[in-house]
Amino acid sequence: MQALDVDYMLGLVPVILGYVPLTIGMALAAMAGALVLASLMAVERVVRVPVLDQLVQLFISFFRGTPLLVQLFLFYYGLPQILPVLAGINGVTAAIIGLTLHFSAYMAESIRAAILGVDRSQWEAAQAVGMTQIQSMRRIILPQAARVAAPTLINYFIDMIKSTSLAFTLGVTEMMGATQKEAAGSFLYFEAFLVVAVLYWAIVEMLSLLQKRLELRLNKALVR
Amino acid sequence: MISIRGLTKRYGTNTVLDAIDLDISAGERIAIIGPSGTGKSTLLRCLNYLDRPDSGVIRIGDLTVDAATARPAEILALRRRTGFVFQNYSLFANKTARENITEALITVQRKTRAEADARADEILQEIGLADKADAYPAALSGGQQQRIGIGRAMALDADLMLFDEPTSSLDPEWVGEVLDLMRRVAERRPTMLIVTHEMQFARAIADRVIFMDGGRLVEQGPPGQIFDAPQDKRTESFLRRVR
Repeated sequence: MQALDVDYMLGLVPVILGYVPLTIGMALAAMAGALVLASLMAVERVVRVPVLDQLVQLFISFFRGTPLLVQLFLFYYGLPQILPVLAGINGVTAAIIGLTLHFSAYMAESIRAAILGVDRSQWEAAQAVGMTQIQSMRRIILPQAARVAAPTLINYFIDMIKSTSLAFTLGVTEMMGATQKEAAGSFLYFEAFLVVAVLYWAIVEMLSLLQKRLELRLNKALVR
Repeated sequence: MISIRGLTKRYGTNTVLDAIDLDISAGERIAIIGPSGTGKSTLLRCLNYLDRPDSGVIRIGDLTVDAATARPAEILALRRRTGFVFQNYSLFANKTARENITEALITVQRKTRAEADARADEILQEIGLADKADAYPAALSGGQQQRIGIGRAMALDADLMLFDEPTSSLDPEWVGEVLDLMRRVAERRPTMLIVTHEMQFARAIADRVIFMDGGRLVEQGPPGQIFDAPQDKRTESFLRRVR
């Protein structure tokens, strides 16, 4: 067994760190999109609009039922062949769209369960004071559902950050892509991938700290 | 003036409300008593369409809502003319005491935040919970929660206030403070319909007492008459049991 080339690893850290903003940026953009889309689908699944409900179910079924990598390839390499408008799509955009659609399917189910978990009396109280359905949902039900769904949604965000590494297969040079290039030049694969693994790990650990603070804030209404 | 005609509610083959007719004049305080499961709460919940009646017409002032044709906008209008106090308080769990009161003032009545806050502070003062303005429901006792539930309904200045067994979920130690508050509210003569098991309270504050059984209004009259000289056998036997 060879000794680790520590100097090489230390030198690699700032190089890969330079791609952290792109990785986090893709994850944040996809998370924002997925939250909006998932909330809309979750509300629809609770209210059940005819026809739309079947479409939403089909959407969720497809995006949960097929691998993310397959979906990304389908968007980036497949769709432009039949929809020429998409021919100019870049890898970053395709990855963000793919992550958004994929994770929104999972998140919709979590948010739906959280909405259904809010006590019926909260609905009734909102209706009784004369709030419309939309006001009740937005101001009373969703904030309470958010508290319940938050830990799960943050888990999905963590998963999403790691899944941005798949954008490398669409030719995007993000943390994983940059590492791959460096490793290919130095042949120090173990060192390079160990560095990127530790950096992903560190990002996720920092998020876990944020998660604890966020949950404390969301739970402030429940502290006795 | 409020009038209810033929209000009927069925669950499957079970008729919970059987063609209820009732007129209520402005400022009248009515207590509804009767055995459990006779449709008292259902009557209240049908009056603001928390439960949709199968048939019947509700008229409050110039607003008429017919169950056969009621559209969402009419149901909303009806709810905006009624205040509801729940048995289990049902405060908004994600809102502070003050926000529970201001919520509908801002979102439904379109008051500014400053106006709503001023009104909420008046009410918090009145219900004796000014010091709990920023507390969340989970941090309050049952009695405090129900006082805020009543304050939330008071703030709406509704044409009709509905109280659905407001003390039935409370530990005995909190019942007194809630009844005291309701007495003070009643003194200002809002139109009130109260479902209650507190017979002393009903006798003390009601202008009219209605005894309900089997989804019907069996007997009604001034408290003295109902409690001291009931005409119907069912009223008599119910009162004997609860005394």
